[in-house]
Order: sequence, then structure tokens, then C-alpha cells
Amino acid sequence: MDKYLEMIRIRFLMMLAYRTNYYTGILIYGINIGAYYFLWSAIYGGKEQIQGLSVVQMTTYVAVSWMARAFYFNNLDREMAMEIMEGKVAIELIRPYNYLGMKTMQGLGEGIFRLFFFSAPGLIIVYFVFPIEFTWDLSVWGLFAVSIILSFFINTELNLLTGITTFFLYNNTGLIRAKRVVIDLFSGLLLPINFFPGWAQEFMKFLPFQGISYLPSMIFTKGFSQHQAIEAIGQQCIWVIVLIIPIQLLWHMAKKQLIIQGG
Amino acid sequence: MFYLSMFFQYISQYLKTRLQYRADIFVEFFSDLLSQAINLVFILVVFGHTNLLNGWNRDEIIFIYGFFLVPFAVFSAFFNIWDFNERYIVKGELDRILTRPIHSLFQIILERLELESLLGAITGLAVMFYAGSRLGLSVEWYDPILFVVFVAGGALVYGGVFIMIACISFWADARTSLMPMMYNISNYGRYPVNIYNKLIRFVLTWVLPFAFVGVYPAAFFLEKTEWYWYSFITPVIGIIFFIVSVLLWNQGVKKYRGAGN
Repeated sequence: MDKYLEMIRIRFLMMLAYRTNYYTGILIYGINIGAYYFLWSAIYGGKEQIQGLSVVQMTTYVAVSWMARAFYFNNLDREMAMEIMEGKVAIELIRPYNYLGMKTMQGLGEGIFRLFFFSAPGLIIVYFVFPIEFTWDLSVWGLFAVSIILSFFINTELNLLTGITTFFLYNNTGLIRAKRVVIDLFSGLLLPINFFPGWAQEFMKFLPFQGISYLPSMIFTKGFSQHQAIEAIGQQCIWVIVLIIPIQLLWHMAKKQLIIQGG
Repeated sequence: MFYLSMFFQYISQYLKTRLQYRADIFVEFFSDLLSQAINLVFILVVFGHTNLLNGWNRDEIIFIYGFFLVPFAVFSAFFNIWDFNERYIVKGELDRILTRPIHSLFQIILERLELESLLGAITGLAVMFYAGSRLGLSVEWYDPILFVVFVAGGALVYGGVFIMIACISFWADARTSLMPMMYNISNYGRYPVNIYNKLIRFVLTWVLPFAFVGVYPAAFFLEKTEWYWYSFITPVIGIIFFIVSVLLWNQGVKKYRGAGN
């Protein structure tokens, strides 16, 4: 366990060394939030509510889901693809740790860094720029915290899964890119899932994506009642566990047919 | 003439190398298509809840998006200078470029062609024809000519802005995140400018004129007379921004001192 914690720490320190990159990152997310803020204001026009969300709740939803993205987002899939293509994965495999576990911990280190140096200051800045409403209800914050950690795990598991496919596809830059745009839409980052037509919502209930962004953001904006929130967290838990199965399966297959070129 | 023959020689070389890896092209095309589809889905879903976006209806917004895809495809195919700083300045590759007999900017454009992006223009045209037919727009004899002129203008606006950003590397060689930031700002141009506040509208029109890539020129084909004036200055803005960016580039190249060996 110690070595995994150490890995989190090292990644955190590594990110800290290059922190200036993150100031512009906040600005970029701010720009995106701004774009969707104006778009949503125009969409609401004079309407009080759409799908149970007021325009202020919608703005909060947009801001929170982007800032939460800074926490759960990582490039583990691309890192894994690089390591596999360059043959570095051979070294990783003989090291005395679980490669996938270690990757997850690196992602977590990165996530914790961004939580403190990106999401938190970003949210404060955004709070002053856009009309956003924060709740001071501690139970909401608590549920949100749990939910956001689970969303990190779901997203990371999907990244690992995409990363492992490199073993079979050799070059999966296209797949990685496709996965990213699919997640942006189906996770509810661009628009809440309950805006979709009914049949699409039904369909998306059977996919893990909404656990990444939609569920935590809805909890935060109080679009969910407490009961619904707990249900949502349960749903996330199930996905975190279910997704382990394909990862282990593919990982097992990948190790068997692994060919290292060079390295 | 020499420039033209260089251009075609590079294109033929490019096609040869790319066609070696057909699966790659296919996957790339597919993921481009997917991201365009997702933007369309966004528009469709949003208009499930509203009929008008500040006076623009669903098909008009889709038409603007379709138009935007065309100059954007042209831009991505020819002005692939996202990584100019890392690739040419930090590694000192620009030394090699400067020894070539053609203009340094043109040489870089040739080396960094990405012609498969042009397929995005086909998607864009398909989207425009779909939306246009639903709106009952008719094609006049002058429409194709103006379309080409507006697309060129839009692509030059994009090219000009991004060349200017690349030029910053001549003076400050630290890595900046301005490129991705600019890319995100450019997304503002995909929607009608009148949904933004005055300041942003001003910026999108005169400072970072991304509105000339999407909504302004598209407004002409949508027969929105109140925007005609903006539509017609699209090529002018494009040429001005491009010329300024080339002048800036020439100044920057003089400042370049080389790195590496």
C-alpha cells in the first residue's frame, strides 16, 4: 500500500513543479463555461425552467461539471498507449507492483493536484464572473464529494480500458479521440442527460458514462433530491465494480499475447 | 510558378505517405465525423426545448454549423501550426526551414499538410444542403462564387490568428497554452453572435474575428439582410488578418537566433 501512496505523492509533486501550465488551464475552462453560459441563457430566453432546472441552476451545472472535469480527467489512456508503443511497458511489468493499480494512483495524484490548484481556485473565479448559486448545505457537499470520487474511478477505468486496447490495435489514437468526444456528450458535460429525449435517456441508463459528470453535477445543483442522490451514488458504485471485469479480462489476454518491440 | 509546382509535389508526396497507412486515415476520418455528429446532436437536443435562439431557428443554427465546418476544414488542412513552438523553435528545426529556397512560412505549411481534414468540408456541405433544403433556400448563380470567397475569407481569418499566435514563439520561446485557448475561443464563432454580450461580440468581430468564420458569412446564404454588411467584409477581414500575420512572421524570423545545433 505504501508504494501506491508514494506514487500519488510523486505525481502530485511532479505536477506542482509545472504548475504555471495550470493558470492558463483555468482560463480555458472559464472560456468554455462562458460559451455555454451564453448559449444556455439564449436557450432559456424568458423561460423559468427547463426540465426542472432554472437558468441559475443550469449555469451552476455547467460551471461545476467543468471544474469537476479538471479533477477526474486524465490522460492515462494516452500515457499507456505511449508506454506500450515504445516498449516501456516491459519494464513496468517486471516491477513489483500492479501496473494498472499504479496507473490509477498516478491519475489520482494528478487529480488531487488539480483539485487544489485548478478546480478550487477556478470555481471561486467562476463564482464571481457568472451568476452561480452555491448551496451551503453540508450534506450536499458530502454527497458530492463521494460522487466525484466515484466519477474519477469510472473515468479512470474507462481510460485504462482504452489504454489496454493498444495491445491489440497497436495504434489507437483515433479510438482515444473518439472516446473523449463520446464521453463529453454522454457523460452530461455538454448538456444534462435529462434534456435528451426519453428513449435516449432510457438507453443511457445502461451505460456507465452518466456516472462521470451528470450524476455528481446534478447532486451539486440540487437537481436531485437526497433520495435520488443516494440512488445515483449506488449506481456509480455498481459501475465502478462492474467495469473491473472487462479490464481484468482484457489485461489478462493482453499479457498473454504481448510482443515487445525494442524497449 | 515555382511555388505552385512545389505545392503539387508536396501534395503528391503527402498522398503517397498517407496512403501507406489506410486504416489510420479511416480511423481519423471516423473520429472527426463522430465529433461533428456530436456537435449536431447537441444542437438537435437543445432545440427539443426551445424554438428560437435569439431569433434563429434550429435549421438556421445547423446551417451555420455546416458552413463553419468548411473553412475550418480548409484551415486544418493547410495551417497545421499548433505545435510550431515545440517542433520548430525548441528543437531548432527552423534552421533547416530557413535554408530552403521558398518562404519559410510556406515551407512549414507544405511540411505540415493534413489533407484528410478536407473531408470535413464534405460533411459541412452535406449539413448545409440538408438544413438549406429544410429552410427552402434556393441556390442562385452567384451563390457558389460567394461561397468560395467567404470560405477563403474564413480560412484566412483562422490562419491569420493562429500564425500570429505562433509568431509569439519568436520573441518568447517558453511554451504557452495560447493555442488551445484560441481554439476554445474560436468555438464561440459557431453560434450567432447576438447571443453574446456587447464586449464578446466586439471581440469576435474585430479583435479575434472568429464570427467571420461561421455566423457572418452564413447569414448571407440565410438571407438575413441585417447582417449582409458583415457578410461582405468577410474576405476583407480575412485578407487583412492574413497579411498582418505574414508581416509579423517576417519580423519574427529576423529575430530568430536558432536553438539546437
